[in-house]
Amino acid sequence: MLSAPKSYGVVVPRVPAVKAVCIGASAGGIEALTAVLPSVPADTPIPVFVVIHLPPGRSSRLVELFASRCQARVREPLDKEPIGPGIWFAAPDYHLLVESDFTFGFSVDEPVHFSRPAIDMLFTSAADVYGEGLVGIVLTGASQDGADGARAIRDAGGFVIVQDPMTALASTMPAAAVGRATPQIVTTLPEIALLLRDVARARES
Amino acid sequence: MNPAASALDIEIRLLLEAIYLRFHHDFRSYSMASLKRRIAVALPRFGCETVSALQAKLLHEPDTFNALLQYLTVQVSDMFRDPSYFRAFREKIVPDLRTYPSLKLWVAGCSTGEEVYSFAIILDEEGLLDRTLIYATDINPEALQKAEAGVYAVERLSAFEENHRLAGGKRPLAAYCTTAYGGAALSRSLRAKVVFSDHSLATDNVFAEVQVVSCRNVLIYFARALQDRAVGLFKEALPRRGFLGLGSKETLQFSPHMHAFEEHVRDDRWYRRC
Ligand SMILES: C[S@@+](CC[C@H](N)C(=O)[O-])C[C@H]1O[C@@H](n2cnc3c(N)ncnc32)[C@H](O)[C@@H]1O
Repeated sequence: MLSAPKSYGVVVPRVPAVKAVCIGASAGGIEALTAVLPSVPADTPIPVFVVIHLPPGRSSRLVELFASRCQARVREPLDKEPIGPGIWFAAPDYHLLVESDFTFGFSVDEPVHFSRPAIDMLFTSAADVYGEGLVGIVLTGASQDGADGARAIRDAGGFVIVQDPMTALASTMPAAAVGRATPQIVTTLPEIALLLRDVARARES
Repeated sequence: MNPAASALDIEIRLLLEAIYLRFHHDFRSYSMASLKRRIAVALPRFGCETVSALQAKLLHEPDTFNALLQYLTVQVSDMFRDPSYFRAFREKIVPDLRTYPSLKLWVAGCSTGEEVYSFAIILDEEGLLDRTLIYATDINPEALQKAEAGVYAVERLSAFEENHRLAGGKRPLAAYCTTAYGGAALSRSLRAKVVFSDHSLATDNVFAEVQVVSCRNVLIYFARALQDRAVGLFKEALPRRGFLGLGSKETLQFSPHMHAFEEHVRDDRWYRRC
Protein backbone atom coordinates (compact mmCIF):
# COMPACT_ATOMS: atom_id res chain seq x y z
CA MET A 1 0.00 0.00 0.00
CA LEU A 2 0.86 3.58 -0.45
CA SER A 3 2.37 5.51 2.40
CA ALA A 4 0.14 8.55 2.64
CA PRO A 5 1.55 11.82 3.93
CA LYS A 6 0.12 11.52 7.42
CA SER A 7 -0.18 15.18 8.16
CA TYR A 8 -2.82 15.62 5.49
CA GLY A 9 -4.98 12.60 6.33
CA VAL A 10 -5.68 11.90 2.69
CA VAL A 11 -7.17 9.33 0.39
CA VAL A 12 -4.48 7.86 -1.83
CA PRO A 13 -4.85 6.65 -5.41
CA ARG A 14 -5.38 2.92 -5.84
CA VAL A 15 -2.14 1.99 -7.49
CA PRO A 16 -3.33 -0.71 -9.91
CA ALA A 17 -5.90 1.70 -11.33
CA VAL A 18 -3.34 4.36 -12.24
CA LYS A 19 -2.72 4.24 -16.00
CA ALA A 20 -0.83 7.50 -16.46
CA VAL A 21 0.57 10.49 -14.60
CA CYS A 22 0.80 14.04 -15.89
CA ILE A 23 2.86 16.77 -14.30
CA GLY A 24 2.85 20.53 -14.85
CA ALA A 25 5.51 22.96 -13.64
CA SER A 26 6.48 26.54 -14.35
CA ALA A 27 8.76 29.01 -12.54
CA GLY A 28 11.12 26.97 -10.35
CA GLY A 29 10.05 23.88 -12.25
CA ILE A 30 13.45 22.45 -13.13
CA GLU A 31 14.37 22.18 -9.46
CA ALA A 32 10.96 20.81 -8.50
CA LEU A 33 11.05 18.21 -11.27
CA THR A 34 14.55 17.26 -10.21
CA ALA A 35 13.12 16.51 -6.79
CA VAL A 36 10.35 14.25 -8.06
CA LEU A 37 11.13 12.68 -11.46
CA PRO A 38 14.12 10.57 -10.36
CA SER A 39 11.72 8.56 -8.20
CA VAL A 40 9.94 7.12 -11.25
CA PRO A 41 11.32 3.55 -11.31
CA ALA A 42 13.31 2.34 -14.33
CA ASP A 43 10.78 -0.40 -15.01
CA THR A 44 7.66 1.70 -14.59
CA PRO A 45 4.76 0.27 -16.60
CA ILE A 46 3.04 3.64 -17.08
CA PRO A 47 3.71 6.89 -18.96
CA VAL A 48 4.54 10.09 -17.07
CA PHE A 49 3.86 13.22 -19.16
CA VAL A 50 5.58 16.47 -18.26
CA VAL A 51 4.88 20.05 -19.33
CA ILE A 52 7.25 22.71 -18.11
CA HIS A 53 7.08 26.35 -19.18
CA LEU A 54 10.38 27.68 -20.44
CA PRO A 55 11.22 31.23 -21.46
CA PRO A 56 10.71 31.58 -25.23
CA GLY A 57 13.73 30.93 -27.39
CA ARG A 58 15.34 28.59 -24.89
CA SER A 59 15.59 25.43 -26.87
CA SER A 60 14.91 22.15 -25.29
CA ARG A 61 17.74 20.51 -23.42
CA LEU A 62 15.23 18.92 -21.08
CA VAL A 63 15.62 15.39 -22.34
CA GLU A 64 19.38 15.50 -22.01
CA LEU A 65 19.16 17.16 -18.62
CA PHE A 66 16.67 14.73 -17.12
CA ALA A 67 17.93 11.58 -18.82
CA SER A 68 21.06 11.88 -16.71
CA ARG A 69 19.04 12.41 -13.53
CA CYS A 70 16.31 9.79 -13.96
CA GLN A 71 16.19 6.02 -13.86
CA ALA A 72 13.22 5.78 -16.24
CA ARG A 73 13.65 6.44 -19.95
CA VAL A 74 13.19 10.15 -20.83
CA ARG A 75 11.97 11.20 -24.29
CA GLU A 76 10.28 13.90 -26.32
CA PRO A 77 7.51 12.36 -28.44
CA LEU A 78 6.79 12.86 -32.14
CA ASP A 79 3.38 13.34 -33.68
CA LYS A 80 1.20 10.19 -33.49
CA GLU A 81 3.89 8.28 -31.63
CA PRO A 82 2.38 5.41 -29.64
CA ILE A 83 2.41 6.14 -25.91
CA GLY A 84 4.65 3.76 -23.98
CA PRO A 85 5.97 3.69 -20.42
CA GLY A 86 8.54 6.21 -19.22
CA ILE A 87 8.90 9.97 -18.93
CA TRP A 88 7.75 12.13 -21.86
CA PHE A 89 8.50 15.85 -22.09
CA ALA A 90 6.38 18.27 -24.11
CA ALA A 91 8.46 19.98 -26.81
CA PRO A 92 8.86 23.76 -26.78
CA ASP A 93 6.40 25.71 -28.91
CA TYR A 94 3.82 22.95 -29.31
CA HIS A 95 0.90 21.92 -27.16
CA LEU A 96 1.15 18.25 -26.26
CA LEU A 97 -2.06 16.22 -26.35
CA VAL A 98 -3.14 12.67 -25.66
CA GLU A 99 -5.27 11.09 -28.39
CA SER A 100 -7.92 8.47 -27.69
CA ASP A 101 -5.94 5.78 -29.53
CA PHE A 102 -3.11 6.25 -27.01
CA THR A 103 -0.86 8.17 -29.34
CA PHE A 104 0.57 11.67 -28.87
CA GLY A 105 -1.03 14.63 -30.59
CA PHE A 106 0.35 18.12 -31.18
CA SER A 107 -1.04 21.54 -31.93
CA VAL A 108 0.25 25.04 -32.52
CA ASP A 109 -3.00 26.61 -31.30
CA GLU A 110 -2.68 29.96 -29.54
CA PRO A 111 -0.85 29.88 -26.21
CA VAL A 112 -3.06 29.22 -23.17
CA HIS A 113 -2.30 31.48 -20.19
CA PHE A 114 0.60 32.79 -22.29
CA SER A 115 2.07 29.31 -22.57
CA ARG A 116 2.68 26.84 -25.34
CA PRO A 117 2.98 24.07 -24.33
CA ALA A 118 0.14 24.58 -21.85
CA ILE A 119 -0.46 22.33 -18.87
CA ASP A 120 -4.23 22.73 -19.32
CA MET A 121 -4.10 21.31 -22.85
CA LEU A 122 -2.18 18.21 -21.77
CA PHE A 123 -4.20 17.59 -18.61
CA THR A 124 -7.58 18.07 -20.28
CA SER A 125 -6.86 15.76 -23.20
CA ALA A 126 -5.30 13.15 -20.90
CA ALA A 127 -8.31 13.31 -18.55
CA ASP A 128 -10.54 12.60 -21.53
CA VAL A 129 -8.60 9.47 -22.41
CA TYR A 130 -7.54 8.06 -19.03
CA GLY A 131 -10.49 9.20 -16.87
CA GLU A 132 -10.15 7.82 -13.36
CA GLY A 133 -6.87 6.17 -14.30
CA LEU A 134 -5.08 9.52 -14.39
CA VAL A 135 -3.04 11.22 -11.69
CA GLY A 136 -2.30 14.92 -12.25
CA ILE A 137 0.42 16.78 -10.36
CA VAL A 138 0.72 20.58 -10.29
CA LEU A 139 4.02 21.99 -9.06
CA THR A 140 5.52 25.44 -8.53
CA GLY A 141 4.76 28.30 -10.93
CA ALA A 142 3.72 31.92 -11.36
CA SER A 143 0.89 31.17 -13.78
CA GLN A 144 -2.79 30.22 -13.81
CA ASP A 145 -2.04 27.34 -16.16
CA GLY A 146 -2.89 23.89 -14.84
CA ALA A 147 -5.88 24.85 -12.69
CA ASP A 148 -8.50 24.14 -15.37
CA GLY A 149 -6.65 21.00 -16.40
CA ALA A 150 -6.57 19.76 -12.80
CA ARG A 151 -10.30 20.47 -12.58
CA ALA A 152 -10.86 18.42 -15.75
CA ILE A 153 -8.96 15.50 -14.17
CA ARG A 154 -11.16 15.69 -11.07
CA ASP A 155 -14.32 15.89 -13.17
CA ALA A 156 -13.27 12.79 -15.08
CA GLY A 157 -12.80 10.91 -11.79
CA GLY A 158 -9.02 11.15 -11.67
CA PHE A 159 -6.65 12.00 -8.85
CA VAL A 160 -4.98 15.38 -8.31
CA ILE A 161 -1.90 16.16 -6.25
CA VAL A 162 -0.69 19.73 -5.79
CA GLN A 163 2.52 21.01 -4.30
CA ASP A 164 1.72 22.86 -1.08
CA PRO A 165 1.79 26.53 -2.21
CA MET A 166 3.49 27.46 1.08
CA THR A 167 6.44 25.29 0.12
CA ALA A 168 6.58 26.18 -3.57
CA LEU A 169 9.14 28.56 -5.03
CA ALA A 170 6.28 30.31 -6.84
CA SER A 171 2.91 29.81 -5.19
CA THR A 172 0.47 31.24 -7.78
CA MET A 173 0.09 28.14 -9.89
CA PRO A 174 -0.33 25.56 -7.13
CA ALA A 175 -2.65 27.95 -5.27
CA ALA A 176 -4.81 28.35 -8.38
CA ALA A 177 -4.98 24.57 -8.78
CA VAL A 178 -5.94 24.12 -5.13
CA GLY A 179 -8.69 26.69 -5.51
CA ARG A 180 -10.09 25.34 -8.71
CA ALA A 181 -9.68 21.59 -8.42
CA THR A 182 -9.95 20.71 -4.71
CA PRO A 183 -7.11 18.22 -5.02
CA GLN A 184 -7.08 14.99 -3.03
CA ILE A 185 -3.55 15.72 -1.81
CA VAL A 186 -1.68 18.97 -1.15
CA THR A 187 1.83 18.30 0.08
CA THR A 188 5.58 18.87 -0.13
CA LEU A 189 7.99 17.84 -2.90
CA PRO A 190 9.57 14.98 -0.91
CA GLU A 191 6.11 13.54 -0.25
CA ILE A 192 5.15 13.95 -3.90
CA ALA A 193 8.32 12.09 -4.86
CA LEU A 194 7.23 9.18 -2.64
CA LEU A 195 3.71 9.19 -4.05
CA LEU A 196 5.08 9.24 -7.58
CA ARG A 197 7.39 6.34 -6.82
CA ASP A 198 4.43 4.33 -5.58
CA VAL A 199 1.97 5.05 -8.38
CA ALA A 200 4.62 4.52 -11.07
CA ARG A 201 6.09 1.34 -9.68
CA ALA A 202 5.87 -2.01 -11.42
CA ARG A 203 2.70 -3.97 -10.63
CA GLU A 204 2.78 -7.44 -9.12
CA SER A 205 0.65 -9.51 -11.45
CA MET B 1 -16.62 5.59 -19.57
CA ASN B 2 -17.85 8.96 -18.40
CA PRO B 3 -21.36 9.33 -19.93
CA ALA B 4 -21.11 13.11 -20.25
CA ALA B 5 -17.92 12.75 -22.26
CA SER B 6 -19.41 10.25 -24.64
CA ALA B 7 -22.46 12.46 -25.24
CA LEU B 8 -20.01 15.18 -26.26
CA ASP B 9 -18.18 12.77 -28.56
CA ILE B 10 -21.45 11.91 -30.28
CA GLU B 11 -22.40 15.57 -30.66
CA ILE B 12 -19.02 16.34 -32.21
CA ARG B 13 -19.32 13.50 -34.68
CA LEU B 14 -22.76 14.71 -35.68
CA LEU B 15 -21.51 18.28 -36.06
CA LEU B 16 -18.67 17.17 -38.32
CA GLU B 17 -21.07 15.07 -40.38
CA ALA B 18 -23.38 18.08 -40.75
CA ILE B 19 -20.47 20.27 -41.82
CA TYR B 20 -19.45 17.70 -44.39
CA LEU B 21 -22.94 17.24 -45.82
CA ARG B 22 -23.78 20.93 -45.88
CA PHE B 23 -20.44 22.65 -46.58
CA HIS B 24 -18.30 19.84 -48.06
CA HIS B 25 -15.47 20.52 -45.63
CA ASP B 26 -14.35 17.20 -44.20
CA PHE B 27 -13.14 17.39 -40.59
CA ARG B 28 -14.28 13.88 -39.76
CA SER B 29 -10.77 12.43 -39.72
CA TYR B 30 -9.04 15.23 -37.85
CA SER B 31 -7.29 14.61 -34.55
CA MET B 32 -10.01 14.69 -31.91
CA ALA B 33 -8.06 16.09 -28.97
CA SER B 34 -7.36 19.47 -30.55
CA LEU B 35 -10.62 19.67 -32.51
CA LYS B 36 -12.56 19.14 -29.30
CA ARG B 37 -10.72 21.96 -27.65
CA ARG B 38 -11.33 24.38 -30.52
CA ILE B 39 -15.02 23.53 -30.63
CA ALA B 40 -15.20 24.18 -26.89
CA VAL B 41 -13.59 27.58 -27.42
CA ALA B 42 -16.02 28.38 -30.26
CA LEU B 43 -19.24 27.51 -28.40
CA PRO B 44 -19.55 30.67 -26.26
CA ARG B 45 -18.58 32.86 -29.24
CA PHE B 46 -21.62 31.56 -31.09
CA GLY B 47 -23.83 31.87 -28.02
CA CYS B 48 -24.29 28.11 -27.88
CA GLU B 49 -24.51 25.98 -24.74
CA THR B 50 -24.04 22.69 -26.52
CA VAL B 51 -22.45 21.33 -29.68
CA SER B 52 -25.92 20.26 -30.79
CA ALA B 53 -27.07 23.88 -30.57
CA LEU B 54 -24.09 24.91 -32.68
CA GLN B 55 -25.02 22.28 -35.25
CA ALA B 56 -28.59 23.60 -35.45
CA LYS B 57 -27.36 27.16 -35.83
CA LEU B 58 -24.98 26.15 -38.60
CA LEU B 59 -27.65 24.33 -40.57
CA HIS B 60 -30.22 27.09 -40.27
CA GLU B 61 -27.88 30.06 -40.57
CA PRO B 62 -25.30 28.80 -43.05
CA ASP B 63 -23.51 32.15 -43.07
CA THR B 64 -22.06 31.25 -39.68
CA PHE B 65 -19.90 28.57 -41.27
CA ASN B 66 -17.17 30.94 -42.39
CA ALA B 67 -16.87 32.29 -38.85
CA LEU B 68 -16.73 28.75 -37.44
CA LEU B 69 -14.04 27.81 -39.95
CA GLN B 70 -11.81 30.42 -38.30
CA TYR B 71 -12.08 28.36 -35.10
CA LEU B 72 -11.80 24.93 -36.67
CA THR B 73 -8.58 25.77 -38.49
CA VAL B 74 -5.57 27.24 -36.78
CA GLN B 75 -3.94 30.21 -38.46
CA VAL B 76 -0.59 30.44 -36.75
CA SER B 77 2.48 31.04 -38.88
CA ASP B 78 5.78 32.91 -39.03
CA MET B 79 8.33 33.72 -41.66
CA PHE B 80 11.25 31.29 -41.51
CA ARG B 81 9.64 29.50 -38.55
CA ASP B 82 12.32 27.01 -37.41
CA PRO B 83 15.18 28.73 -39.27
CA SER B 84 17.21 25.53 -39.51
CA TYR B 85 14.48 24.02 -41.73
CA PHE B 86 14.95 26.85 -44.22
CA ARG B 87 18.69 26.79 -43.86
CA ALA B 88 18.65 23.09 -44.74
CA PHE B 89 16.52 23.90 -47.76
CA ARG B 90 19.03 26.51 -48.86
CA GLU B 91 22.12 24.41 -48.25
CA LYS B 92 21.01 20.85 -48.92
CA ILE B 93 18.22 21.17 -51.48
CA VAL B 94 18.75 24.34 -53.51
CA PRO B 95 22.01 23.00 -55.07
CA ASP B 96 20.03 20.12 -56.47
CA LEU B 97 17.23 22.38 -57.68
CA ARG B 98 19.71 24.36 -59.76
CA THR B 99 19.88 21.46 -62.18
CA TYR B 100 16.24 21.91 -63.23
CA PRO B 101 15.35 24.35 -66.04
CA SER B 102 12.05 25.15 -64.34
CA LEU B 103 10.81 24.58 -60.80
CA LYS B 104 7.54 24.03 -59.05
CA LEU B 105 6.98 24.08 -55.29
CA TRP B 106 3.80 23.27 -53.42
CA VAL B 107 3.21 24.76 -49.99
CA ALA B 108 0.24 22.79 -48.65
CA GLY B 109 -1.70 24.38 -45.78
CA CYS B 110 -0.07 27.77 -46.39
CA SER B 111 -2.27 29.68 -43.93
CA THR B 112 -1.59 33.43 -44.21
CA GLY B 113 1.45 32.98 -46.46
CA GLU B 114 4.49 33.46 -44.24
CA GLU B 115 5.97 30.10 -45.20
CA VAL B 116 5.35 30.72 -48.91
CA TYR B 117 7.21 34.03 -48.91
CA SER B 118 10.05 32.51 -46.91
CA PHE B 119 10.66 30.09 -49.77
CA ALA B 120 10.24 32.83 -52.39
CA ILE B 121 12.87 34.97 -50.66
CA ILE B 122 15.38 32.14 -50.41
CA LEU B 123 14.87 31.19 -54.04
CA ASP B 124 15.35 34.80 -55.04
CA GLU B 125 18.53 35.10 -52.99
CA GLU B 126 19.78 31.95 -54.66
CA GLY B 127 18.91 33.24 -58.13
CA LEU B 128 16.23 30.64 -58.81
CA LEU B 129 13.02 32.58 -58.39
CA ASP B 130 12.78 33.58 -62.05
CA ARG B 131 12.25 30.02 -63.11
CA THR B 132 10.01 29.07 -60.19
CA LEU B 133 6.28 28.77 -59.67
CA ILE B 134 4.92 28.23 -56.15
CA TYR B 135 1.50 26.70 -55.57
CA ALA B 136 0.15 27.75 -52.18
CA THR B 137 -2.99 26.00 -51.00
CA ASP B 138 -5.28 26.05 -47.99
CA ILE B 139 -8.91 25.45 -47.10
CA ASN B 140 -9.43 28.74 -45.30
CA PRO B 141 -10.52 31.47 -47.75
CA GLU B 142 -9.79 34.30 -45.31
CA ALA B 143 -6.26 33.04 -44.77
CA LEU B 144 -5.74 32.67 -48.51
CA GLN B 145 -6.84 36.26 -49.07
CA LYS B 146 -4.38 37.52 -46.49
CA ALA B 147 -1.66 35.33 -47.97
CA GLU B 148 -2.30 36.75 -51.40
CA ALA B 149 -2.19 40.32 -50.09
CA GLY B 150 1.15 39.58 -48.41
CA VAL B 151 0.89 42.34 -45.80
CA TYR B 152 2.11 41.69 -42.25
CA ALA B 153 2.13 43.83 -39.13
CA VAL B 154 5.41 45.75 -38.85
CA GLU B 155 5.76 44.63 -35.23
CA ARG B 156 6.43 41.13 -36.53
CA LEU B 157 9.28 42.20 -38.81
CA SER B 158 12.12 42.09 -36.32
CA ALA B 159 11.31 38.47 -35.42
CA PHE B 160 11.08 37.61 -39.13
CA GLU B 161 14.37 39.42 -39.69
CA GLU B 162 16.12 37.42 -36.98
CA ASN B 163 14.75 34.12 -38.30
CA HIS B 164 15.80 35.08 -41.82
CA ARG B 165 19.33 35.75 -40.63
CA LEU B 166 19.44 32.38 -38.84
CA ALA B 167 18.17 30.75 -42.03
CA GLY B 168 21.24 32.05 -43.84
CA GLY B 169 19.58 35.18 -45.24
CA LYS B 170 21.77 37.16 -47.61
CA ARG B 171 19.98 40.51 -47.80
CA PRO B 172 18.03 42.54 -45.31
CA LEU B 173 14.33 41.64 -45.41
CA ALA B 174 13.65 45.31 -46.14
CA ALA B 175 14.82 44.56 -49.67
CA TYR B 176 11.64 42.52 -50.11
CA CYS B 177 9.00 44.73 -48.58
CA THR B 178 7.77 48.25 -48.27
CA THR B 179 6.27 49.51 -45.05
CA ALA B 180 3.34 51.88 -44.79
CA TYR B 181 0.51 52.43 -42.33
CA GLY B 182 1.79 49.85 -39.84
CA GLY B 183 1.96 47.13 -42.46
CA ALA B 184 4.87 45.58 -44.34
CA ALA B 185 3.85 44.65 -47.88
CA LEU B 186 5.89 42.02 -49.68
CA SER B 187 7.09 43.07 -53.07
CA ARG B 188 5.23 42.30 -56.27
CA SER B 189 8.19 40.40 -57.66
CA LEU B 190 7.67 37.74 -54.96
CA ARG B 191 3.89 37.67 -55.10
CA ALA B 192 3.90 37.31 -58.88
CA LYS B 193 5.56 33.92 -58.52
CA VAL B 194 2.82 32.43 -56.36
CA VAL B 195 -0.54 30.93 -57.29
CA PHE B 196 -2.89 30.75 -54.29
CA SER B 197 -5.78 28.35 -54.36
CA ASP B 198 -8.37 26.61 -52.32
CA HIS B 199 -7.40 22.97 -52.02
CA SER B 200 -8.15 20.43 -49.31
CA LEU B 201 -5.78 17.62 -48.45
CA ALA B 202 -8.86 15.81 -47.13
CA THR B 203 -11.02 15.86 -50.25
CA ASP B 204 -9.08 17.11 -53.31
CA ASN B 205 -6.58 15.43 -55.60
CA VAL B 206 -3.13 16.15 -56.96
CA PHE B 207 -3.12 19.01 -59.47
CA ALA B 208 0.48 19.16 -60.70
CA GLU B 209 3.88 17.55 -60.58
CA VAL B 210 6.23 19.53 -58.32
CA GLN B 211 9.87 19.16 -57.26
CA VAL B 212 9.28 20.25 -53.67
CA VAL B 213 6.36 19.91 -51.26
CA SER B 214 6.42 21.73 -47.94
CA CYS B 215 3.59 20.89 -45.57
CA ARG B 216 4.27 22.07 -42.04
CA ASN B 217 2.11 21.85 -38.94
CA VAL B 218 -0.89 20.73 -40.93
CA LEU B 219 -0.56 16.95 -40.56
CA ILE B 220 -0.51 17.29 -36.77
CA TYR B 221 -4.18 18.24 -37.03
CA PHE B 222 -5.05 15.06 -38.91
CA ALA B 223 -5.73 11.59 -37.51
CA ARG B 224 -3.64 8.77 -38.96
CA ALA B 225 -5.93 7.82 -41.86
CA LEU B 226 -6.10 11.39 -43.12
CA GLN B 227 -2.36 11.85 -42.70
CA ASP B 228 -1.92 8.79 -44.89
CA ARG B 229 -4.17 10.32 -47.53
CA ALA B 230 -2.26 13.60 -47.51
CA VAL B 231 1.17 11.97 -47.68
CA GLY B 232 -0.24 9.81 -50.50
CA LEU B 233 -0.97 13.01 -52.43
CA PHE B 234 2.57 14.30 -51.84
CA LYS B 235 3.98 10.98 -53.00
CA GLU B 236 1.97 11.27 -56.19
CA ALA B 237 2.88 14.92 -56.80
CA LEU B 238 6.61 14.30 -56.43
CA PRO B 239 8.75 12.65 -59.08
CA ARG B 240 11.64 10.42 -58.04
CA ARG B 241 14.26 12.56 -56.21
CA GLY B 242 11.64 15.20 -55.30
CA PHE B 243 11.68 16.68 -51.80
CA LEU B 244 9.11 16.68 -49.00
CA GLY B 245 9.47 18.87 -45.90
CA LEU B 246 7.36 18.55 -42.75
CA GLY B 247 6.95 20.38 -39.43
CA SER B 248 9.48 19.77 -36.67
CA LYS B 249 7.27 17.26 -34.79
CA GLU B 250 5.92 15.55 -37.89
CA THR B 251 7.46 12.37 -39.21
CA LEU B 252 6.92 9.66 -41.83
CA GLN B 253 8.16 7.12 -39.30
CA PHE B 254 4.64 5.87 -38.55
CA SER B 255 3.35 6.23 -42.11
CA PRO B 256 2.60 3.38 -44.53
CA HIS B 257 4.23 5.58 -47.22
CA MET B 258 7.51 5.60 -45.32
CA HIS B 259 9.18 3.33 -47.87
CA ALA B 260 8.49 5.71 -50.73
CA PHE B 261 10.79 8.26 -49.06
CA GLU B 262 14.27 8.43 -47.63
CA GLU B 263 15.47 10.84 -44.97
CA HIS B 264 17.33 13.69 -46.62
CA VAL B 265 18.01 16.00 -43.66
CA ARG B 266 16.81 14.06 -40.68
CA ASP B 267 16.77 16.73 -37.98
CA ASP B 268 14.97 19.21 -40.20
CA ARG B 269 12.35 16.77 -41.47
CA TRP B 270 13.34 16.89 -45.11
CA TYR B 271 12.57 13.71 -47.02
CA ARG B 272 13.33 12.66 -50.56
CA ARG B 273 11.12 10.61 -52.84
CA CYS B 274 12.68 7.34 -53.93
C1 LIG C 1 -0.92 25.94 -38.21
S1 LIG C 1 -1.25 26.39 -39.87
C2 LIG C 1 0.31 26.07 -40.65
C3 LIG C 1 0.82 27.26 -41.44
C4 LIG C 1 2.16 27.08 -42.13
N1 LIG C 1 2.24 25.87 -42.91
C5 LIG C 1 3.29 27.11 -41.11
O1 LIG C 1 3.84 26.07 -40.79
O2 LIG C 1 3.62 28.21 -40.65
C6 LIG C 1 -2.29 25.06 -40.45
C7 LIG C 1 -3.00 25.36 -41.75
O3 LIG C 1 -3.54 24.16 -42.32
C8 LIG C 1 -4.74 24.47 -42.96
N2 LIG C 1 -5.52 23.26 -43.18
C9 LIG C 1 -6.30 22.61 -42.28
N3 LIG C 1 -6.91 21.56 -42.87
C10 LIG C 1 -6.49 21.54 -44.17
C11 LIG C 1 -6.78 20.69 -45.28
N4 LIG C 1 -7.64 19.68 -45.17
N5 LIG C 1 -6.18 20.96 -46.45
C12 LIG C 1 -5.32 22.01 -46.56
N6 LIG C 1 -5.02 22.85 -45.56
C13 LIG C 1 -5.60 22.62 -44.36
C14 LIG C 1 -5.37 25.48 -42.02
O4 LIG C 1 -6.39 26.24 -42.64
C15 LIG C 1 -4.17 26.31 -41.60
O5 LIG C 1 -4.00 27.42 -42.45
